[in-house]
Amino acid sequence: MTHKTLVQIAKDLAAGKYSSREITQDIIADIKARDAVYNSFISLSEDLALGQADAADARIKVGNADILTGVPFAHKDLFCTQGHTTTAASKMLANFVPPYESTVGQRLLSAGAVCVGKTNMDEFAMGSSNESSFFGAVKNPWDLNAVPGGSSGGSAAAVAAGLVPAATGTDTGGSIRQPASFCNLTGIKPTYGRVSRFGIIAYASSLDQAGPMCQTAEDAAIMLNAMAGFDEQDSTSVQQETPDFTAELNLPLHGLKVGLPKEFFGPGLNPQVAECIMAAVKEIEKLGAQIIDISLPNLELSIPAYYVIAPSEASSNLSRFDGVRYGYRCDKPENLMDLYCRTRAEGFGTEVKRRIMVGTYALSEGYYDAYYVKAQRIRRLIKDDFARALSQVDVIMGPVAPTPAFDLGSNTKDPVAMYLEDIYTLSANMAGIPAMSAPAGFVNGRPVGLHIMGNYFAEAKLLNIAHQYQQVTDWHLQTPTSNNVPVSNQEKGA
Amino acid sequence: MALENADIEKIAVLARLQVTPSETNDYANSISSILSLMDQMQLVNTDGVEPLSNPHDATQRLRKDEVTCDNQREAFIAIAPATEDGLYLVPKVID
Repeated sequence: MTHKTLVQIAKDLAAGKYSSREITQDIIADIKARDAVYNSFISLSEDLALGQADAADARIKVGNADILTGVPFAHKDLFCTQGHTTTAASKMLANFVPPYESTVGQRLLSAGAVCVGKTNMDEFAMGSSNESSFFGAVKNPWDLNAVPGGSSGGSAAAVAAGLVPAATGTDTGGSIRQPASFCNLTGIKPTYGRVSRFGIIAYASSLDQAGPMCQTAEDAAIMLNAMAGFDEQDSTSVQQETPDFTAELNLPLHGLKVGLPKEFFGPGLNPQVAECIMAAVKEIEKLGAQIIDISLPNLELSIPAYYVIAPSEASSNLSRFDGVRYGYRCDKPENLMDLYCRTRAEGFGTEVKRRIMVGTYALSEGYYDAYYVKAQRIRRLIKDDFARALSQVDVIMGPVAPTPAFDLGSNTKDPVAMYLEDIYTLSANMAGIPAMSAPAGFVNGRPVGLHIMGNYFAEAKLLNIAHQYQQVTDWHLQTPTSNNVPVSNQEKGA
Repeated sequence: MALENADIEKIAVLARLQVTPSETNDYANSISSILSLMDQMQLVNTDGVEPLSNPHDATQRLRKDEVTCDNQREAFIAIAPATEDGLYLVPKVID
């Protein structure tokens, strides 16, 4: 099945080429055989998956199948799965079996999709390299010395390696887009509130959004169709009509206005990445788009403001891990304070503790206005920048990350260096707008993603652009195992 | 702004995290450099800019005050680390 798309698998299932049980078994066997190298999975849910596959086969047999019925996928291990461990890649939740299913998970199950397992990630989604996982780092299938990106690094590596056709991810500051960029995938972070957060372990609630990570824009649109929708159980879910995200895929791009913010092409950007992005923009221009220079003047402030707001919300969200109701509990607590302090010290990893402390400090008496409220004011400046830009252009393009995937271990000693890697992705979460990454080339064998951002609820437009781009390019079809892996754009003549 | 070890110890208590002396040192260094990154914010004039807490400027949606799901006490107690007779156990709080 390696590297078959969701669409191809759906067609094969409909044609009776194989059953859902057969492909589910194949995929699980393949993960068992090959994933030791990548470490992209934390757990497999074989029994549950085969039950779901049998139910899907029954649906297909009676002609009651949806497009995703019987199609296997993997969940980032941040989505609660009823009856199957959900760890957030933390020792704190290493044995946590949720008594309920996330809304996204429930929606995918209702569509008949088959969840084969849970993917590795940065602990509690806090990281940009998947190196903060309690279950070990994930390796990038394109280059085993490179990180897959984070925090949804396991999802990215699993799809890139051809272990599963698609996976869910979450994006609080780039955690879908950056690993998609590093692993040559198509991943989309929808508008804030488009996809329910219910049952997804919270990191920073005003920024968190879930979305799909796939091989093509068409697959991403199909996954998003199943994932999105208003949910009574998420108080920030938006009451908006959910369109068919596949409906606009084939629209021509003629007349599209594309903004290139000069701040996305500053001195910090790797020149070879810049070349890939400009080549992609040229391609979009050839499809009829008009390219316009724009400015997002407060972009750089997104880093300090994000790294106040996200840890502040995290310190509040993660206060629930107290060793009392679920999750890890320290041995022989002497008193209640000891129970809390030791449980949390032993259960959380270094980066999670650091962010909890930063957030606790930013919210503490005497510092709240200078840090938290100040960051929220800057957040509005960033939102206003996008509003101004998106009144002149339809979409904004640029790089997803300043470099291709960096080497494992290269940024782990210095948290600030790691935070600076998020420069291009944080602002979309701050503003709440949809944004995606689509494969756009390679630098020294490591993939580069094109960042496409749009106005609120414009996911269909973004997917349309990525799909049209994928009709005239073949970057998204490259796989780490294909013989013709281009070392750079030049070698491919692009 | 640079934090001293004493600041980290105070924050750790507020955050309910036990930290060892060597960790305290490491956190003082790394959190100080994070705070100096954050200090960039102070260079920007934000007078008159309203804080943004929800990207859509939305306020909390309230639901009707009615029962919407069954009692799942057994399911929730089953995943707790220490319980007795359907109650969560914690170290003695009141003498």
